[in-house]
Amino acid sequence: MSKQLNVALIGNPNTGKTSVFNALTGLNQKVGNYPGITVDKKQGICKLSRGVKAHILDLPGTYSLNASSLDENVVIELLLNKNDKDYPDVAIIVSDVENLKRNLLLFTQIKDLKIPTILVINMSDLMTRKGISLDIELLEAKLHTKIALVSTRKNRGIDELKQLIENYKTISTQACLDTTTIDEAYFQSLQKAFPNQDVYKLWLVITQDANFGKITRQELDISKFKTKSNQELKRLQQKEAIKRYQFINATLKEGQTIDRSKATGLRSKLDRLLIHKVWGYVIFFLILLSIFQAIYDWATFPMDLIDTTFASLAEWVKNTFPGGGKLTDLVAEGIVSGIGGIVIFIPQIAFLFLFISILEESGYMSRVVFLMDRVMRRYGLSGKSLVPLISGTACAIPAVMATRNIENWKERLITILVVPFTTCSARLPVYLIIIALVIPEGSIIGLNYQALVLMALYLLGFGMAIFSAYILNRILKTKHKTFFVVEMPNYKLPLLKNVIITVIEKTKTFVFEAGKIILAISIILWVLASYGPGDKFNNAESYVETTATQSAYERNDQIAAFKLEHSYIGIIGKTIEPLIKPLGYDWKVGIGLVASFAAREVFVGTLATIYSVGSANEGENIDTIKTKMANETYADGTKVFTLASGISLLLFYAFAMQCMSTLAIVRRETKSWKWPILQLIGMTAIAYICALIAFQFLK
Amino acid sequence: MRLTIADLKKGEKGVITDSSSEDIPLKLLEMGCLPGNKVCLLQLAPFSDPMYLNVNDSFLAIRKETAALIVIEKIDE
Repeated sequence: MSKQLNVALIGNPNTGKTSVFNALTGLNQKVGNYPGITVDKKQGICKLSRGVKAHILDLPGTYSLNASSLDENVVIELLLNKNDKDYPDVAIIVSDVENLKRNLLLFTQIKDLKIPTILVINMSDLMTRKGISLDIELLEAKLHTKIALVSTRKNRGIDELKQLIENYKTISTQACLDTTTIDEAYFQSLQKAFPNQDVYKLWLVITQDANFGKITRQELDISKFKTKSNQELKRLQQKEAIKRYQFINATLKEGQTIDRSKATGLRSKLDRLLIHKVWGYVIFFLILLSIFQAIYDWATFPMDLIDTTFASLAEWVKNTFPGGGKLTDLVAEGIVSGIGGIVIFIPQIAFLFLFISILEESGYMSRVVFLMDRVMRRYGLSGKSLVPLISGTACAIPAVMATRNIENWKERLITILVVPFTTCSARLPVYLIIIALVIPEGSIIGLNYQALVLMALYLLGFGMAIFSAYILNRILKTKHKTFFVVEMPNYKLPLLKNVIITVIEKTKTFVFEAGKIILAISIILWVLASYGPGDKFNNAESYVETTATQSAYERNDQIAAFKLEHSYIGIIGKTIEPLIKPLGYDWKVGIGLVASFAAREVFVGTLATIYSVGSANEGENIDTIKTKMANETYADGTKVFTLASGISLLLFYAFAMQCMSTLAIVRRETKSWKWPILQLIGMTAIAYICALIAFQFLK
Repeated sequence: MRLTIADLKKGEKGVITDSSSEDIPLKLLEMGCLPGNKVCLLQLAPFSDPMYLNVNDSFLAIRKETAALIVIEKIDE
C-alpha cells in the first residue's frame, strides 16, 4: 500500500486558497458533503514523490478559529477532533502577500493547536509591483514554520510546496506565542480542571460554546467549567486578538518592508467607478443585463441542439430495437427523454456560473454586496441575492445553485425559497397561449393589452418573490446571530483555470445529484401518461369511431387523445377536477397541470395531444390548439376558456411550484426534503388561493 | 462628545480608542478593529450605509449601526 497523508488547506477568504487547491490537485478533486450540514466538502489528491499520496482537504475560508457561520464551524470541528479521519497530519495556511498581517492571525491560532503548519504566501508575483519585500528566513524562524512563496497565477512555488508537504515531519509544532498570559489565573484553573487536555483547545471549546454553539464532534464535556460570563469571555477574546496582533506586528516589523510609494491605485480608481452612487448601479445593471442575455438568449442555441439530438436519439432507439416492446418504449421515451430533460439545463448552468465565478474571482461580487445591502437587507436578502433573482427569470435551476455564494444561511435559504416565483422561461409558452386566447387585442395609449398583461406577469412574479422574502424574514428564526462584515478584496484578473473548474464542478453536481431525482420523476410521469388501466386505454383503437372524411393523421390524433384521457395521468386529471373546478378548469386542464410537473412548457404539448392536434405541423400547431381551446365548451355550452378562467390559469402558473427539477435542486442545495416540500405546499397554496379569488371575482 | 466611525466623512481618518461594545462582532475585532489601530473612511453607499473602511490595512465594509459602536479619535494626516 502506498503511503498517504492528510493535508488541510486553511486560510482567509480571498487569499487564493482555492487556486492553490486547484494547482495541487488539478481535476483530481471531488465535492462531497459534511454530514448533516449544507457545506460542500472539497477534497483532492496530490501525488508526491516516492509514491506518497497527499489527501488535500480544502476547508471553508475563515478569518479565525472563532466561527460565526456553519462553514467556519467545519474548520474548528475538524481541528479539535483528533479522531476525525480527515484530521490533518499537516496544515497549510494560505495567505495573501498583501494581507499578511490579517492572515497571520489565523496562522498563530492554528500554531497553538500544535499541528505542523506550512505557511503559503500566495500572489507573490505582486510583491515588486506593490513594493513589498520579505525576509523569509527571519519569518520562518519567528513563526516556527516553513514558508512557500507561491504564485498560482504564474504557476510558481507549487513544487517547493509539495516538497514541504512531503517533509512535514521536520516542521516545528511550537506555538508562536503564549496567549494564556492574558489571564493567567483563569487559564491555570482551566488546566487544573482538565489536566490531560491542551489548554488552548479547552479555551476554544469554551468560547465557541459561548459565541456560536456547541461543538458537536467534541469528546470532552466542559459545560461544568463556567467561571466567567459570556461578556467576560468576549473581553478576554478581545485581549487575545490584541495580544496576537502585537506579536504579528512585531514580527512583520522585522520581516516585512513595504514601500508605499510603489502601491498602485488600481483599487481606489476602480472603486470610485464601480461603487459610485450612480455609475456603480448603472454598471451593475448592465452586468445583470448581460447575464440575463446569456442565459436567456445565448443558451438557446446549445439547448435547441440538445433537444433535437435527444429527440433523434429516442427515435433511433425506437427504430434500432424493433418489436415495439414496452422495454424499448421505456428506454426511448422514458429514459432517453428523461436524461435529455436533465442535459438541457447544462448550457444555462454553465453560462451562469461562468459569469458568477468571474464576478467572484475578480473581487466585484463584494462590491455588489456593498451596493445592494441597504435595499436587500429589509427583505432578509443579501446583496448577492440579486444575481439569483435575476437569473431566475431564465430558469430557477441555475438560480438556486447560484445562491451557494451567499455566506449567510438564512439569507441563502430565503433566496432559494423565493427564486421560483420569478417568471422563468418555461412559463412563457403557457403565458403566450393563454394571453392570446383570453386577452382581447387592442391597445391603450399605444400599448398593446396583451403585452401589458405579459409585463404585469413578470412584475407580479418578481413582486411575489420580494414580498414572500419579507414574510419569510419575519417567520424564519436562526440559531446563530449574524453580522455584516464584508471584506473588500483586491481586484484581480480571474484565473481561467479556476473559472473552468467551477463551471465543470457545478455542472457535474447538477447532473449527478439533482439529475437522478429528475430522471426518476420523469420516468414516473412518463409511465403515468403512457399506461392506463382497463380496456379503454389498451384497446383505444376500437373505441374511437372511424368516419369516412377522416385522414389517417386525424384518426391517430384522436386515438392519442383518447388514450391520454384513459391513462393514469388522465385519471388523475379527472380525479382532481372537483378540486380545480372552483378555479375554472376542467379535467383536460387538470391533465395539463399534472403533466406540467415535468416542466411547465409541457402544458402546451399535453393540451395539443388532448385536443388531438398532436401531429399537426409545428407552425400550425399553436394556432390549431388556440382555435381548439377557444371553441372548447362544457356540456352546457359555456366556454371553458373565458377571461375569468384564463386569468385564473395565468395566476396559477405564476405562483405554483410545478417544476420537479427545481424541487430536486432545492433538495440538493438545502440537503433536506423539508424545504422543497414546504416550497411545494406553500407556493401551490398561494397559487390556488389567488386563482380561486380571481376566477370567482371575474366570473 | 464621543466620536465614532459613523461620524467620519469620506476621506477622513481616525484612531480607534474603544471597541469593547458587546454588539461588535468578534470577527470585526479579529480583522483589526482594535484600540490603537488606524481607520480611514474610503467610500459610502447611498444614505451612508454601509461604510467602506480601511482598518489596520484591511479593506472592509460594515453597516452604519456597527460603525456607530466603534469609538475613535480623529487624526489629520
